[in-house]
Amino acid sequence: MEERGYEYNVVKGFAYSALFWLIIGLLVGLWIAAEMFLPQLNLTPWLAFGRLRVVHTNGLAFGFTLAAIFSCTYYILQRLTRTPLALPKLARFHLWLFNAAIALAALSLFAGMNTSKEYAELEWPLDLVVVVMWVIFAINVFATLIKRRERQMYISLWYIIAMTVTVAVLYIVNNLEVPVNLFKSYSAYAGANDANVQWWYGHNAVGFVFTVPILAMFYYFLPKSTNLPIYSHRLSIIAFWSLIFGYLWTGAHHLMLTPLPEWIQTVAIAFSIFLIAPSWGSVINGYYTMRGNWDQMRTNYLVKFFIFGITFYGLQTIQGPTQGLRTLTAFFHYTDWVVGHVHMGTMGWVTMIISASFYYMIPRIMKRELYSIKMANLHFWLILVGQLLYTVTLWIAGIQQGAMWKATNPDGSLTYSFLEVVAAMYPYWKIRFLGGVVYFVGIVVFIYNLLMTVRSPLAEQPKPEPSKA
Amino acid sequence: MGVYSRPVMFAILSAVVILVGTMVTMFVPLMLPSTQPVSEYVKPYTAVELEGRDIYIREGCNNCHTQTVRPLVTEVARYGEYSKPEEFAYDRPFLWGSRRTGPDLNRVGGKYPDSWHYQHLYDPRSMFAKSNMPAYGWLARRPLDTSYTFKKVSVLGYGYGEDEVRKQIDDYRSKVTSPDYLAKTVRDRITPPELRGQLTEMDALVAYLQKLGRDVKRLARGSHTGGVAEASGLVRNPYEGDKKAIEEGKGLFKKYCAVCHGEDASGEIGPNLRDSKWKYGGTDADIYQSISKGRPGGMPNWDVKLGKERIWKIVSFIRSIGEK
Repeated sequence: MEERGYEYNVVKGFAYSALFWLIIGLLVGLWIAAEMFLPQLNLTPWLAFGRLRVVHTNGLAFGFTLAAIFSCTYYILQRLTRTPLALPKLARFHLWLFNAAIALAALSLFAGMNTSKEYAELEWPLDLVVVVMWVIFAINVFATLIKRRERQMYISLWYIIAMTVTVAVLYIVNNLEVPVNLFKSYSAYAGANDANVQWWYGHNAVGFVFTVPILAMFYYFLPKSTNLPIYSHRLSIIAFWSLIFGYLWTGAHHLMLTPLPEWIQTVAIAFSIFLIAPSWGSVINGYYTMRGNWDQMRTNYLVKFFIFGITFYGLQTIQGPTQGLRTLTAFFHYTDWVVGHVHMGTMGWVTMIISASFYYMIPRIMKRELYSIKMANLHFWLILVGQLLYTVTLWIAGIQQGAMWKATNPDGSLTYSFLEVVAAMYPYWKIRFLGGVVYFVGIVVFIYNLLMTVRSPLAEQPKPEPSKA
Repeated sequence: MGVYSRPVMFAILSAVVILVGTMVTMFVPLMLPSTQPVSEYVKPYTAVELEGRDIYIREGCNNCHTQTVRPLVTEVARYGEYSKPEEFAYDRPFLWGSRRTGPDLNRVGGKYPDSWHYQHLYDPRSMFAKSNMPAYGWLARRPLDTSYTFKKVSVLGYGYGEDEVRKQIDDYRSKVTSPDYLAKTVRDRITPPELRGQLTEMDALVAYLQKLGRDVKRLARGSHTGGVAEASGLVRNPYEGDKKAIEEGKGLFKKYCAVCHGEDASGEIGPNLRDSKWKYGGTDADIYQSISKGRPGGMPNWDVKLGKERIWKIVSFIRSIGEK
């Protein structure tokens, strides 16, 4: 056990940051969910839906998810290389810069400084800060990898490397813009090209923030939590390379039936279908890892999070390519169905894996026992029920919305005005809000449980690291 | 084993792997003419329209409204001609959107009169009780900042000189502050007195909304003569004097027409339909034609949305309330 010199403060710092931005992002989410049926809540310009939705998506994708990714990456990196972080001071600066950037991002988005490109809304000065922050992170990742004392790089490290490289390329290319002044710029691309670059970015932000690093956590923390080796190393090699190869072709499935050249749309949907294979490669690898040990679903509270998480990932990666098919996209695109789809991925897969990773990691680096397993179970059930209530409601809403938009009378005229369709959605939007509340309560339980863990007395015997994997 | 113990090599290999799809589907299309077609008929935004567009972006309107009509039967019926790539040549960034909490706006230009937009932005629920759109009345209480306008059009390469930009702004100000401006009543009502003589953010946003799809519509108007037979007067109203149809027409009028013509059809945003004055003719066939094909100045076409039968019922209702 060479614990000496390991930099865990920054792991902790990023974990706390993640939890903080999670609460903020969810509160904003609840507010805009309520605005859907209570438009009076658009009280001020900065509380209007158009501005707040961007704070919600950026706050959770970057504030919460990225912080959790940095936290787990710094932890996994040190464990898997059996080497302390190469540049701990730089990592602490990274933590500080990250939180400053997210706070400024939130403020600037509240103020309406917004490039309009989804998940790339920040104006150019903040783009530069993000790039500097990412370079700082990458330096630490590679410096530690080069110094490492474990020759072989385990699966999780592949995913971390792929994320580090790809996010840099995506972010820089999509954010190329010409400044007008400090607060305003115009995209370097126009029209159909701008759309194509944006969704090449947008879809791969999903791929390399919500998928690749979360898989890194899954491949590391599942074996660690269960003491079981991953089922197939060969399968993980195939799944990894085909996943990162296939992802970059698929952006245009967000632009089906738009004025983008048809061949780009067709290629995108073909590769989207292809992506089911590597996605399910990881799902199968996860399931088979549990082979013969499924009793852990009952006895080990962490396993539930991992198995349900990877299951939602599996469902997500079938639903996504399916709804992109031309016939189905004609029906589903622009409806609430897609909102439901996204939230299965984020509230199901991403949050469940991050929750379990934190439950594993934080007691260990704090040398404490988890405050309450009962509470962790409660947290699990609340976020599961909340998410299902949210997503299933919006899928039903989306089907109705799509059908009403398309309904015609025998003479070919439209059956419903746009407003009649809006009015029909109100009950669904209310249930969706309720789902969000249940989920939020689950997250509050999660955070309380972790805080109580941190504040509890030191464990008598520091929890030993299982030595395998 | 090979690359799995060489982090830098691994990173390079990963970069190569991700760049294949990137090159084919993103980088190569950047260079192709098919992603950046230009057409004579599509004109860049004026200085004021551009400022309006920037307000649209600032307020995140693209989070609820799309700007791309797909080539699908019901979508074309609802919104109009499907979107063409060349229409977006001056759009930096593009604003196609990803969600239709509100309707698509790519063909909204010219669909309604300016007064409709002022009233709707000011208080959406005064027109549509069930709407969940935020109210944007505060935009009429903010003067339009034009200090960067010239810099903006220069960055975008619209080719206007500084004088031209100044002139466009002045011209638009003259238009909306003129006593003859058709939307004067509602504009004055929602604009504070000290700003009535200036351009507000609301003015710019309305200018932008009225530009959306205008070039395409102008092109289409040139090639269309549609509906001659229906307008010729040879067509008879199948429901003439039919009490049941008039009753149904009343319900349809309330649902689709009252928002502009008033609950009692005596006119608000649109003209009075009770009096005997008919700008485009008062026969059943004329009224049918006005509803079906729309009229310049903000009467939308309802042909594909409502269909013949429902339009005839509305015609019957309008005829039944007219002063004889």
